[in-house]
Amino acid sequence: MSKDAIIKEFEAAIGAENVMTDETDRHAYSYDAAVLDSVVPALVVRPTTSEALGKCVKLCNDNGVPLTVRGAGTNLSGGTIPHPGGCVVLTNGLNRILEINEEDMYAVVEPGVVTAKFAAEVASRGLFYPPDPGSQTVSTLGGNVAENAGGLRGLKYGVTKDYVMGVDFWDVNGELVKSGSRTVKCVTGYNLAGLMVASEGTLGVFDKIILKLIPPAQAAKSMMAIFPSMKAASETVAAIIANKIVPATLEMMDNFTINTVENFRGAGLPTDAAALLLIEVDGHPAQVEDEAVLVEKICKENGATEIKVAKDAAERDAVWQARRDALPALAKLKPTCVLEDATVPRSKIPAMIAALEEISKKLDLTIGTFGHAGDGNLHPTILTDKRDKAEWERVEKGIDMIFDRALALGGTLSGEHGIGLAKSKYMEIETSRATLEYAHRMKSVLDPKGILNPGKIIGFKK
Amino acid sequence: MADINRLAQMFMELDDLLVGCMRCGMCQAVCPVFAQSGREGDVTRGKLALLDKLAHEMLEDPQGVKEKLDRCLLCGTCQANCPSGVSVMDIFLKARAIMTGYFGLSPVKQAIFRGMLKNPKLFNTLVGMGSKFQGLFTKKVDDMLGSSCARFNAPVIGDRHFNSLAKKPLHKIVPEMDTPAGKSGIRVALYVGCVVDKIFPQVGEAILKVLKHHGVGVYMPAGQACCGIPALSSGDTSTFDSLVNMNVKLFKDAEFDYLVTGCASCTSTIKELWPHMYQGDSVTRYEAAKLQKKTMDISQFLVDILQVQPTGGNCGRSVTYHDPCHLKNSLGITAQPRELIRTAGCDYKEMAEAGTCCGCGGSFNIAHYDISKQIGSRKADNILAAKVQTAATSCPACMLQITDMLSQKGAGMDVKHVIELYADSL
Repeated sequence: MSKDAIIKEFEAAIGAENVMTDETDRHAYSYDAAVLDSVVPALVVRPTTSEALGKCVKLCNDNGVPLTVRGAGTNLSGGTIPHPGGCVVLTNGLNRILEINEEDMYAVVEPGVVTAKFAAEVASRGLFYPPDPGSQTVSTLGGNVAENAGGLRGLKYGVTKDYVMGVDFWDVNGELVKSGSRTVKCVTGYNLAGLMVASEGTLGVFDKIILKLIPPAQAAKSMMAIFPSMKAASETVAAIIANKIVPATLEMMDNFTINTVENFRGAGLPTDAAALLLIEVDGHPAQVEDEAVLVEKICKENGATEIKVAKDAAERDAVWQARRDALPALAKLKPTCVLEDATVPRSKIPAMIAALEEISKKLDLTIGTFGHAGDGNLHPTILTDKRDKAEWERVEKGIDMIFDRALALGGTLSGEHGIGLAKSKYMEIETSRATLEYAHRMKSVLDPKGILNPGKIIGFKK
Repeated sequence: MADINRLAQMFMELDDLLVGCMRCGMCQAVCPVFAQSGREGDVTRGKLALLDKLAHEMLEDPQGVKEKLDRCLLCGTCQANCPSGVSVMDIFLKARAIMTGYFGLSPVKQAIFRGMLKNPKLFNTLVGMGSKFQGLFTKKVDDMLGSSCARFNAPVIGDRHFNSLAKKPLHKIVPEMDTPAGKSGIRVALYVGCVVDKIFPQVGEAILKVLKHHGVGVYMPAGQACCGIPALSSGDTSTFDSLVNMNVKLFKDAEFDYLVTGCASCTSTIKELWPHMYQGDSVTRYEAAKLQKKTMDISQFLVDILQVQPTGGNCGRSVTYHDPCHLKNSLGITAQPRELIRTAGCDYKEMAEAGTCCGCGGSFNIAHYDISKQIGSRKADNILAAKVQTAATSCPACMLQITDMLSQKGAGMDVKHVIELYADSL
């Protein structure tokens, strides 16, 4: 069928106002937040009902049009960059919270619901949805599930996958597949919901998501500990966990990031500190008191020169503002900001930090390091100007080296950003040839024409 | 019309500004236009990406990019919240100038900007004639708000509920003023602004009353021209330049400590754009830079400089406040207008989303009334939810939009400039 005829079919199926084919519209959906080249799709569709979404999937499959689902397009690994000549399916027209069940503590949402809006709505009902990716003010729950997004609370509360109870999704034939349930326990059939988490749009298109909710902690206490070296700070992280304390949040910032944030906000951070740990314990008030004292003790034993415990909500906010400022402050220094999420076992954080310092020196690159030390998920952030070709080559080399070292330390390619296009080339190194073969076989059956977000995660079959 | 490569070259001049956008997409959370349409081309990241692609000759439809670029209120919320600190307003104003240079200015805008705004006397005469005849075409809809709507099917007016032109504009009531400093020892220049002069002269009178009350000398020259923001946001830099030139001439030789205005848009234009965007002679730019340092919003002047204390008067009503984008996002002024409302003895109630745009955006309201109305309707709902008698703000353009929205909802409440509330309490 000709391109015009296909477009007419889409218009008839979901309404002409929901089909975008202008050059400018198509270019506006050719990129995401990853530092990768853009790819222009042939059309962009914005279904606003479940049925329309199903029709879009079927039409793409019938016509062999590659399909990339896009929520807010905040993806950092190129997972929402379309395939040449493909179709972008927007989910932000499917943004209804269908149910928040306070008795059974779950919610049912459409994929385009914005994460922070959902969390706020849940909080207003006295419940808690913990996953809090950095982009949560705009990112969508569908995207969070597709990428298995993390956030600051991953250490104690887990990541998105720990809250997915079920996913209804459209298969390539436009048939609705149901998985999971509204019950805490469910072993009915294959764990398809688990399969869909982190599948980055390569196995099906989400229609509805059932999410687990939990009661919020009654009390919380935040503190900032100052360290004379990154080594001391990272050893403290390991010591806290070894003492059987699981803080809600345990974040780290290096000296470069501390100084950058201080220049940005002027909130009185210790600019001569080699490292900072930002720690929050939460739970029952009595437990919080006990744990806070113990954490303070462990920090001191591991060489913390100073510990500031937030006395009230304002001081607590100041602690977390410093952490939230890390990325915006770094981003202002140079035009291009490559935010990586290499992740290692907690005990290997000192080694990974040392590796990052070595890479930065060897390649003469500016790397600021901050991140979720508690779960081993670091964010080495390379500051550069992509237009400087010579430096950009060193950046690409640096990225290769970062993943090489993370894997050598028993780590993983991605803690929370996904594999997408950016890291599919490293997949075989972390997994195995057989793993990729298995994935390709599975995909070839579920998606015989290969229309679902082609090239992402497992790349193309060689 | 120049060729597209030439256009690309012009946009390459913005490359250093454009490259700062890391495409994080955080602007989606705050853009009022995107909140309505959900389309990437309507949000800052999308527009910056399109300009970048135009500069690098990756797309061939500059007209399409222009249309996207024009769908922006220039409210500046994205810039105020941008993690990378991208100079969005700077990019958009320059990009619109480049587009206008390439496509030319529409005949209607030529007539308005070059025919009318550039000739303040003619502008005054035409508006004066308009105020006499407007009753023929319009009818009153809400006495409290003072709004009217079209009697007949009128293309530009549509179903708007608008404030009529004043029977007597400020320049007829007080043609000019030049008084010495009184007990305050301070003398200010008053820049009136078109909307205050022609639609809300009572705001101008309130400012004069307050300044007199506090013994502040006033220099208010006749023949003030438009501040230039309508021309600049349409990319008409030549009209902008001549307006800046005309205004600077009026003020540059006078002695005064501060230049005050009652219009958020005029204040931010004088402070942020006159010296920065003026392309003419260096002397005028130097004088504009001197004016920039002296320019203040009237609430800011009263609270920060005069440090006004509660008058003992009671404005006798409950009031909420809408933050004009040009005060909040451009100049970071949010506390002083609220303090002035309290100083006037009003019962102040904060509304939800006080700092989000009302959807007016100057000529955006004319070109994209549907989205403007959707955004404004949400603002009106927030005002109604605050359950107050009066909605106050610091920008006459916001007053027009909020009046339209409240009138259409039959709200039965009035819209006032903060300075009116304060003047009434004296």
